[in-house]
Amino acid sequence: MAVEIAFWILALIMVGAALAVVLLRDVFRAALLLILCFFTIAGIYITLNADFLAAVQVLIYAGAIGILLIFAIMLTRNVKEGNPFGRLKIPAFLVSLLVFATIVGVVVSTNWATVTGVSQGVEVPVGSATTGAIATALFDQSKGFVLPFEIASIVLLAALIGAIVLVRDRR
Amino acid sequence: MHFGLEHYLILSAVMFSIGLYGALAKRNAVAILMCIEIMLNAVNIALVAFARYLVPNSVLLTGQVFAIFIITVAAAEAAVGLAIIIAIYRSRQSVDVEQADSMKG
Repeated sequence: MAVEIAFWILALIMVGAALAVVLLRDVFRAALLLILCFFTIAGIYITLNADFLAAVQVLIYAGAIGILLIFAIMLTRNVKEGNPFGRLKIPAFLVSLLVFATIVGVVVSTNWATVTGVSQGVEVPVGSATTGAIATALFDQSKGFVLPFEIASIVLLAALIGAIVLVRDRR
Repeated sequence: MHFGLEHYLILSAVMFSIGLYGALAKRNAVAILMCIEIMLNAVNIALVAFARYLVPNSVLLTGQVFAIFIITVAAAEAAVGLAIIIAIYRSRQSVDVEQADSMKG
């Protein structure tokens, strides 16, 4: 019951903040509300028994990506022009409404209970800490994700070098 | 309706649609990148909800591991995307995507 109340409060704040990100004309305020949105998503992770992911969400999204976005806004901001809508405002609204209706239709019409009992992964009981179990799920020899983990590190290295090369001063 | 997986999936659908609308309708490139982050977070909510609710009374951690990989790729994407936006701003003094059309045929 407490989880349900927390879900509704967090969901309302989250959807309101996301709508404000899209509708506000000031890019800087939009970025601050996006960070609020990231924090509420961390709260949603806690209601889903994902404590480690909630910490990662606050550190990486609210911390690193939020600061990066604010830096980019400071470097490129055009206060006079703000954050207007383009020519595709109405077609974009129709397309996103169509996508929303499709997802909701599939979610409501599917009987999700039929897909249980097929799992091969690591499980922990509801209510216990997940950090140690995530380490097992990532690095276990038979059912882990060691190769994707190594590829992810190469992706991060490539992104790091790419970002440095793109913003380097060529003079 | 009983409180469970469907609530989280519909919340995820709402967030994804808001992000999609912003990404398609906005003109400021930084705002488009922020809307893409909203979409990636919506997908993460769906993955973590599946991890919690697919197996009754236990948490299947594969979904959370996938969410960690998505966060990794989103961080890389944000870094490269913002570097590209700053490079465009340097050459054109604008981040309006409707003016950045020099590759249009």
